[in-house]
Amino acid sequence: MCLGIPGQIIEIIDADNLLAKVDVAGVKRPVNIACIVSDDHTAQDCIGDWVLVHVGFAMSIIDEEEAIKTLALLEELGEVQEEINAMQTSAGAN
Amino acid sequence: MKYVDEFRDPAKAKALIANINGLKDSLNANEKKPIQLMEFCGGHTHTIFRYGIEPMLPNWLELVHGPGCPVCVLPMGRVDDCVALAERPDVIFTTFGDAMRVPGSKKSLLQAKADGADIRMTYSPMDSLELARKNPDKQVIFFGLGFETTMPSTALTVLQAEREGVTNFSLFCNHITTVPTIKAILDSPEMQIDAFLAPGHVCMVVGERPFDFVASTYNKPIVVTGFEPLDILQSIWMALKQLADKRCTVENQYSRIVPPDGNAAGLAAIDAVFEIREFFEWRGLGSIDHSGVKMKDAFRQFDAEMKFKLPNLKIADPKSCQCGEVLKGVIRPWECKVFGTTCTPETPMGALMVSSEGACAAYYNFGNLPELLAKRSKSIEGDAA
Ligand code: SF4
Repeated sequence: MCLGIPGQIIEIIDADNLLAKVDVAGVKRPVNIACIVSDDHTAQDCIGDWVLVHVGFAMSIIDEEEAIKTLALLEELGEVQEEINAMQTSAGAN
Repeated sequence: MKYVDEFRDPAKAKALIANINGLKDSLNANEKKPIQLMEFCGGHTHTIFRYGIEPMLPNWLELVHGPGCPVCVLPMGRVDDCVALAERPDVIFTTFGDAMRVPGSKKSLLQAKADGADIRMTYSPMDSLELARKNPDKQVIFFGLGFETTMPSTALTVLQAEREGVTNFSLFCNHITTVPTIKAILDSPEMQIDAFLAPGHVCMVVGERPFDFVASTYNKPIVVTGFEPLDILQSIWMALKQLADKRCTVENQYSRIVPPDGNAAGLAAIDAVFEIREFFEWRGLGSIDHSGVKMKDAFRQFDAEMKFKLPNLKIADPKSCQCGEVLKGVIRPWECKVFGTTCTPETPMGALMVSSEGACAAYYNFGNLPELLAKRSKSIEGDAA
């Protein structure tokens, strides 16, 4: 819950409600992007962004190299599988 | 456990460890009275144990694993409240998986689920809101917990529920705040911590400024720290360097994620939905003033505490539990009298044994158990003599 996991925004689902689709290690799910949009960075601009995802919310934009390094490390810590399990088994998500 | 050679960048790790060792003389440090450095955040504790960072450090330096695991510090009375909510026939109770095993005074959520309560694990509060949309005849409650890192997510979910007019969704708010808690640790008379590693992802939301007081009022160095093993080694070195130079300030090792002012949208959402509680009860630490938030009155229809009747009882921690002393660095986890005997990850007595981010569970899972238990009986004999 506190470490978060990097993912890439691949599409905007609902620009009014700031919902996007994120790809986290191949698993796709909706994320809220309210914390990363601003006047200079609209919802549309978020497509392609690498972000740190905490409990379904994109909390910070990160650079791609950083994201890939972090994913590799979380993989080693066993954290990636845990997050993905939580996403896939989450009640209400499917 | 890892060895330095297996680090992604072993040369850098070795250099950092050499730098740390090199500070011994200027710190006037010795193993009899080691320098104590507290990592507040359970995420840091996790990395420290997974990567075996402690054994790499000199014996004049001790890491104290702080209370920054929101699951661990949840008091029993609050778990009882969750169980009571979950056992209502009209309720679907949703929670992060980590909270399922935390013992209440009678049962954990996992046991309540086995007994028939409708408890579902969700990855995100958004998923809980979706459950509410799909089950209009049920009351869906989300068990909100965590520090400032997860507060924007629950706040934004409540705001979304309000926008859509979803009336069968509510939040059982158990969010806690880091600053008053670090302050309580600094104010406690047994306090011996020399410097702090600040929680990186909390700072991602609130920025570095809220931690200024650690340096300005308490004269302790504090370093905002990332979660990779090299981040932690580097931050340890930065904190010790401040001590050696007789400086104290907030330094930001994790600037790639943490902007000095935090996340404006996240803070605005927190501010819209939550207000400070007068006090909040912590497992192991007791009541700490202003250390939690509750929902503002304008959101009472989304506030499970207002919507439903809660037992709201205060349940004392078991007597033999020494979590509080461990959290303040007064004793090491394995020095607790019940560590590894009555208190184990399968049958946790204290909070710190519950989640993999708790200090006791970390020692239990990653430490050398027979050695630790032998060390403890020695120290108990020593006390008796
Ligand atoms: S061993 Fe158990 S009771 Fe003792 S400090 Fe650790 S968690 Fe608390």
